Amino acid sequence: MEIRTIILEMMAKIAQQQKKPLAPLRDELELMDSGLDSLCIAILVAELEDEFGIDPLSSTVDHSFPVTIGDFIKLYENEIH
Amino acid sequence: MKSTNRTALKELTLTHASTGRFLLDTSIRIPLCTHDPASRLRRGVSVYSDTNVFIRTRSQISTVIALLALDGIAKRMIICPPDISDKQIPRLFEVAESNTIVSDADIDTSQYPQQLGQMRTSRNIDTEWVLFTSGTSGFPKLVLHTLSGLMAPIHGHSLTHAVWSTFYDIRRYGGLQILLRALVGNGSIVLSDSGESVSAFLSRLGIAGVTHISGTPSHWRRVLMTGSAKLIAPAYIRLSGEMPGQDILDRLQATYPNARIGHAFASTEAGVVFTVNDGQEGFPASLLAKTGTFPIIRIKNNSLCVRSDATARRYIGKEMPPIADSNGFVDTGDIVKRAGERYVFVGRREGVVNIGGQKVHPEEVEAAINRHPAVAASRVWARSSPITGMLIAADVSLTPRADRTRPDFAAIRSEIITTCRAYLAPHKVPVQIYEVEEIPILNSGKIERRHA
Repeated sequence: MEIRTIILEMMAKIAQQQKKPLAPLRDELELMDSGLDSLCIAILVAELEDEFGIDPLSSTVDHSFPVTIGDFIKLYENEIH
Repeated sequence: MKSTNRTALKELTLTHASTGRFLLDTSIRIPLCTHDPASRLRRGVSVYSDTNVFIRTRSQISTVIALLALDGIAKRMIICPPDISDKQIPRLFEVAESNTIVSDADIDTSQYPQQLGQMRTSRNIDTEWVLFTSGTSGFPKLVLHTLSGLMAPIHGHSLTHAVWSTFYDIRRYGGLQILLRALVGNGSIVLSDSGESVSAFLSRLGIAGVTHISGTPSHWRRVLMTGSAKLIAPAYIRLSGEMPGQDILDRLQATYPNARIGHAFASTEAGVVFTVNDGQEGFPASLLAKTGTFPIIRIKNNSLCVRSDATARRYIGKEMPPIADSNGFVDTGDIVKRAGERYVFVGRREGVVNIGGQKVHPEEVEAAINRHPAVAASRVWARSSPITGMLIAADVSLTPRADRTRPDFAAIRSEIITTCRAYLAPHKVPVQIYEVEEIPILNSGKIERRHA
């Protein structure tokens, strides 16, 4: 499965588990406007670490925190490929 | 060390004349009444007079024989548990000021100081019993007890025909308590074997007719997971070493409706402090009101502090802190909270994790998770997160179903979270729950804590 698909599905799953209303996900949408709070994003990063074996947010120092969903997905895509 | 008219363990064990008593492991059955099992070792045992004997045996039964032979003769017996690696031995040997090693295996003694072996004639001295703490990391601490302290929690009548057993190794405090109960209480004991499956051990216990048996809550969870639990029908079940939640007490009572179930509060340093026999988790707050008689229990900074005659004398080694404070109280590091007329255990002080500035004890979260009937055992751990610092995660193993179908974990997962939300503050609810086959436990019978 594509990295993008995995991430988007994971976001939907976490929103459901944490009972958060999820906005329609677009690349330009800012993460903080997606409906996920910081706990949800922390869970997302942990779940993705389980999935891909990497945590790009912890492993690199010079990354600024991704602002949009597109940035977030790109961070994983760049790290994996 | 004083020479007293104290009775040695051997005398206490063998004065009872009832027949049919035994020591049993996977390969040997030693009768406890017809002859003295330690007689072979005791031939020439006087060479151990006033020596500090390091007991490092492969089998538990060899250690039992050494204890029977050497108590009252050796100055100090250092009881080495099985999970100590060969590498650690020379250092421990030195800290314990040992000069002799007793073993049932071929060992390379060249690295140890040669024994002195001077003949002495002293008899029935108050031998020191040295136990190791079950610390999960680092170097174990050596804890000095005496036989009278070890026996202080053992009272009441001898239970002739009692067949004792324990999931603990008898070289640990919890196991040694059971061994002493069997030996001085005119009973028998069945010893476990580290290479044996839980089912095989239960089967052996069933054949031996075990009547009294102890273990940690984690040991008991494994028993309930095997499907072999009904191979035994004990009259008395004892839990210690970890704090049992209500769920495990209820499950054991449901599996063994005729058993009396007690949980003992004990540690290697504090000794057995009290036993609770009413089937409820925690302990009655009225225990705190008792004054004058041992044990005396106080709560200080939410931690259970105790003063009793079962407490160890001291740690062995240089620059070790005292075990008790100047008033004789041992701070156990077990955090408790008042719930109505009882105190319940929340967790260990050193296991606390910090979630966004708020304290969480893994044990309290596990207690909530374990309330779910499909959960057999759980382990909660803190996972580091670049976003929030820490996240609460849980490993969960499910009770096998009779028809061997796999339950729907996603459904159970959300039920577990619902249960946790009902019993815990929001920041304590686990956000990641993993299904695992089995929760690993250490040789001490306690959950192997995960540090990630």
